[in-house]
Amino acid sequence: MNPKIRLRNFILLGSISVLFVVLPAVLISVGVIDGYTAQIFTLAGINAIMAISVNIISGITGQLSLGQAGFMAVGAYSCIWFSQVALMPLPVAVIAGGLLAAFIGFLIGFPTLKLSGDYLAIVTLGFGEILRVIFVNLKGITGGANGKRFTTILAARADIAWVVIIGILVMVVILLQNFLRSTYGRAIFSVREDEIAANSNGISVFRYKMTGFVIAAFVAGIGGAIYAPFIGFVKPDLSSFNRSVDYLIYVVLGGMGSITGSILAAFILTYLQEFLRFLQEYRLLFYPVILILVMLFRPQGLLGMKELSFTGLMDKLTAKRKPENG
Amino acid sequence: MAKSRKDASKGCRISDVLLTAEDISIVFGGLRAVSNFSCELKQGELVGLIGPNGAGKTTVFNMLSGVYTPTEGTICITDAHGRTHNVHRKKPFQLSKIGIARTFQNIRLFGSLSVLDNVLIAMHSQRGVNPFDVLFRTGRFYRDEERLRSKAMEMLALFRIDAKAGELARNLPYGEQRKLEIVRALATNPLLLLLDEPAAGMNPQETSELMELIGFIRKNFNLTILLIEHDMKLVMGICERLIVLDYGRVIAAGPPQEIRDNPAVIKAYLGEEAMIDA
Repeated sequence: MNPKIRLRNFILLGSISVLFVVLPAVLISVGVIDGYTAQIFTLAGINAIMAISVNIISGITGQLSLGQAGFMAVGAYSCIWFSQVALMPLPVAVIAGGLLAAFIGFLIGFPTLKLSGDYLAIVTLGFGEILRVIFVNLKGITGGANGKRFTTILAARADIAWVVIIGILVMVVILLQNFLRSTYGRAIFSVREDEIAANSNGISVFRYKMTGFVIAAFVAGIGGAIYAPFIGFVKPDLSSFNRSVDYLIYVVLGGMGSITGSILAAFILTYLQEFLRFLQEYRLLFYPVILILVMLFRPQGLLGMKELSFTGLMDKLTAKRKPENG
Repeated sequence: MAKSRKDASKGCRISDVLLTAEDISIVFGGLRAVSNFSCELKQGELVGLIGPNGAGKTTVFNMLSGVYTPTEGTICITDAHGRTHNVHRKKPFQLSKIGIARTFQNIRLFGSLSVLDNVLIAMHSQRGVNPFDVLFRTGRFYRDEERLRSKAMEMLALFRIDAKAGELARNLPYGEQRKLEIVRALATNPLLLLLDEPAAGMNPQETSELMELIGFIRKNFNLTILLIEHDMKLVMGICERLIVLDYGRVIAAGPPQEIRDNPAVIKAYLGEEAMIDA
């Protein structure tokens, strides 16, 4: 049974990487997909990473965070600093950016996660806004309100940007799924379901809330740390409340607790915003109407709490084939 | 290490009893919800905690399981290695690791998780993996997951709900939800099981099944049970000893026959007039 599952996972991983990472990159580099479309979808990839981050804390751990963009900004600015001042190579700087965001998440979580109710939402909301002000005033490091330039190969080459960013997205999803489908993941889910019952069954509620929060902050930090080299420019606005709410919308639309739902919603909504450009200023009218309609007809989000499962899909396909052979 | 162990057993006497509560009281604002409650549970005993509504039974449970910290008094429990722990200021999850498990009056399952996951969550502290195994799916992860799963399925099979392992917990019928909550509590490998009104909302048929079930648990899991119940037939039928609470005080304690004829108990349940009629 065991080697079979491993083989299946290996094949699956290979086909996912080829289908989503390599193939579009090749199409971009030969010019079948134009640079503009490529950029939109790469940005959607970053939005998907951010939506996953919000989903980890809101959908999976059950705590409302309104400051996820703050962690993104920490990741973005620190990635620039690690790369330009500390002279780290870009991949190391990206991971360092994620780790710094995770550490700040730990510090913020320590006093707030012990409280119950909406305190976390209020504190994280304040956190994002405070960061924005700090970034505006910390001119030496952040360039102040004018922002900071950061040109790398990711901004120049659309195909490389796609491989890197979607590659990171795939990695985040796989590692996260591995984590969630384990005893640790179940512990985190139990905290969302019923804190008192979880506590009585040997789960340290504070510890697993913290775990969820720190992982979410890390993912947001990574999201920011690849956003900076891709866009090539970071402004303090990155940390604003509006942005956090945008990511929350992706999660609610995709289905709270569904990672694949968040990705799907991030790609659809990012593309929709570009697609609606032909409506000019009426665009801002149609976007909310679409959101309202989705919430009216599918209040649980596109996927609810379910996941689009590639392993499930593959098992179904192989199971169908077997009786034909036999 | 030696120091902390000494601290842990501060104020506790070491003996063969599993749990002792000495003069515990709790005050909420001006209300003394439970005052000077004392009890001693011996290993393997089945004790019933009864009393009229609002007598403070669930509050006692909440203190024993660490949900509330008593304002006064000490609670001590002896773990499987013979070490005695003071319950004071320990969180429920720490007490769960020492060996106190409980169910709730209003069932608290992890509703949108599967029946199997509910049991597996209770086995979290028996895990044999670290985060690295989990993230990179090492061989140890698969072995450990298989071990926990087969143990959980075994437990579900004992209670004949293994056929529903894949269903969401909230979709189970009421009686099976109660059963699942007991299975989940047992999955933590407890020494002491606290059952808070396990027969609430059950019909006579289900109640008599539950009585058998509790007897079965005692025989197979070798543990001590403290049970809150309103169903007198159940309580009188299976408990060896009863503790009666009224207005937060213990008004009587002893074997069921004695309690049945105790004037203070009859008064508490049926009022002064019934006493005169009797």
